[in-house]
Amino acid sequence: MITLTHYLVLSGILFSIGLVGVMKRKNLLMLFFSTEILLNAVNVGFVAVSHYYGDLTGQMFAFFIIAVAASEVAVGLGLLVLWYKKTGSTDLDTLNMMKG
Amino acid sequence: MEKYLYIALFAPLAGSIITAFFAQFPKTLFTGIFTSFLIFVSFISSMILLNYVDMNTVVNVEMMDWISAGNLSIPFGFVVDQVSVIMMVTVTLVSTVVHVYSIGYMEHDESFNRFFSWLSLFVFSMMTLVMSDNFVGLFIGWEGVGLCSWGLIGFWYKKHTASWAANEAFIMNRIADLGMLMGLFLIYWNIGSLQYDIVFAQIVNLDISTVTWIGIFLFIGAMGKSAQFPLHTWLADAMEGPTPVSALIHAATMVTAGVYLVIRCGEIYVLIPEVGMFIASLGAFVAVFAASMALVNRDLKRIIAYSTLSQLGYMFVAAGLGAYWIALFHLMTHAFFKSLLFLGAGNVMHAMDGELDIKKMGGLYKAMRPTAILMSIASVALAGIYPFAGFFSKDKILEVAFNDGSYLLWGALFVGAGLTAFYSFRLVMLVFFGEKVHEKLGFHPHEAHTFVIYALTPLALLAIVAGFFEHSFHEFTTQLLANYEFTLDHSVALVLIFATSAMALSGIAFAVYKYKRGGFSENIEQWGVYKLLSNQYYIPKFYEEVIMKPFTALSRFAWKSIDVKIVDATVDMIASIIYGAGEKARKVHSGNLSSMLRWMVVGIIALLALAIFYRPMV
Repeated sequence: MITLTHYLVLSGILFSIGLVGVMKRKNLLMLFFSTEILLNAVNVGFVAVSHYYGDLTGQMFAFFIIAVAASEVAVGLGLLVLWYKKTGSTDLDTLNMMKG
Repeated sequence: MEKYLYIALFAPLAGSIITAFFAQFPKTLFTGIFTSFLIFVSFISSMILLNYVDMNTVVNVEMMDWISAGNLSIPFGFVVDQVSVIMMVTVTLVSTVVHVYSIGYMEHDESFNRFFSWLSLFVFSMMTLVMSDNFVGLFIGWEGVGLCSWGLIGFWYKKHTASWAANEAFIMNRIADLGMLMGLFLIYWNIGSLQYDIVFAQIVNLDISTVTWIGIFLFIGAMGKSAQFPLHTWLADAMEGPTPVSALIHAATMVTAGVYLVIRCGEIYVLIPEVGMFIASLGAFVAVFAASMALVNRDLKRIIAYSTLSQLGYMFVAAGLGAYWIALFHLMTHAFFKSLLFLGAGNVMHAMDGELDIKKMGGLYKAMRPTAILMSIASVALAGIYPFAGFFSKDKILEVAFNDGSYLLWGALFVGAGLTAFYSFRLVMLVFFGEKVHEKLGFHPHEAHTFVIYALTPLALLAIVAGFFEHSFHEFTTQLLANYEFTLDHSVALVLIFATSAMALSGIAFAVYKYKRGGFSENIEQWGVYKLLSNQYYIPKFYEEVIMKPFTALSRFAWKSIDVKIVDATVDMIASIIYGAGEKARKVHSGNLSSMLRWMVVGIIALLALAIFYRPMV
């Protein structure tokens, strides 16, 4: 029997993986992947809770997040391509123009 | 008539403001002529008002509301009554002469335009002072003339002594102004209004002790402005300013503001004759005290300054004894001959290239006859010889003292009259007659411009004839002021007049006789009395040792120990903590996305922890 707890644990594990990826990875592309994992971890949580309570709001929210994530990736990838054309690298450590 | 009131009041201000735009530029003759013209316009308006005001018609206007909060309502109101119109005419007349005179006197000064701007502003402040119909307006004018006096004493601000004297005058006046403010607060506290008519109508209902305090505090203010003992030292030092300033501000107008205040508040002082007696006694003391210092001084302008001080003492005697119209009369005649004396001294000073030591002059009569004649007229008027103006007013004051039964005061004033005559003619003799010391010292004196001399003639004329207006003056002013009843026998009064005149004449005769023969021998300067007098009774020294030095030490302590070590250190510490924290924290801004993200995660965890573990008290 798969209960809500299982889903929430899965969501938590996915979120942690994403968080570690965001912190550790140096490649911008990998960073995007990690971000997607983070977002989808949240989606899993939303849908599971929504199903458990019988309230559709959570699932609707998951759709919203998917849509927003798609547009975010589109914009992000566009910027990434531009950055690659300009510097020839997608290494995160080269992105430090804002150093104070 | 309101139109003339506004013209009289605001013409000087307009002149001052317009001239102020030229203050930074080199001399433009236009500014001098323009301001003189506007002051003259103001004078004409004042004359028209003088003709207009009589028993039943007093011009009283309320220009606009100024302060109204809760129960407090202070409008900008002006009144032209018998007292203020006399002051207006005196002030504007002397100002006109001084303005025209200054065109000649200041002709080589680089700050010509600035001078006229300040001078006109002073006239405006003085007009506000005398025309206001409430105590607040008077106080504004009071401070305004103080400010202009500061700006004009320190006009040559590059000279250290001048700026020092300016500050001294200002600070001394501030001390006295505190007293005046206390008086105003007391009035407002107890009566709830500062309008003259309301205050004077209700003052009788107050407790006598409250009225006494009000009288004392207001008089403290008057003491500062009119340089009465012990706040008198600033007046002699104020002679550092240009001579026209000394004539206008420190002889004819501003210093008499204190007398004006006492006259104006006559209805308060009538209720408290003890305070009036104190005022009169102080006045008599100053009259002799200042005259004695004038006896030995060698500085042309300082002698006249001490003489002013002494004459102010006379005015306070009259005002203190309740003879307000006589005080006002002496104020007016004194304004004429004293400003004439000062302006003449300015001519002498110019002729001698700024030299002020009268022992270095002598025999200037040949070179500057008109000035010599004008100054002699002024000196005779000051000494109080019939038929000159000073005779009428000063004699009346002595009569008042005698009539009041204060024979001690009368005696002091009597001695003062002799001293006045002596030092006035000592000055005239040493400057214009006798041995020509200046030739030996290589001075080449020259007479002032002709128009300057002509500008002085109205004053000279008034110094001669003003006394004959006594009766009409008496009738006019006592419509507002309380009359003073003489109970003296006619014959006694006549004897008094003769005695005083004899005293003055003998003072003159002694001075003429002595200085014609070369004056006193040098070893008089070794006498203790001479040293005491020439050091001004060591009062400036005393102030320096007892007040200034400890105060400087205290200030230094407060600066070095309290301000720097405690206050500054605290503020600096706060700043350096924040600065240091910023220095440490700026490493966060490496610009590296990974580390930023890490910090973000740390933040999220911290906030989560807070949300989970922190439960606010409900």
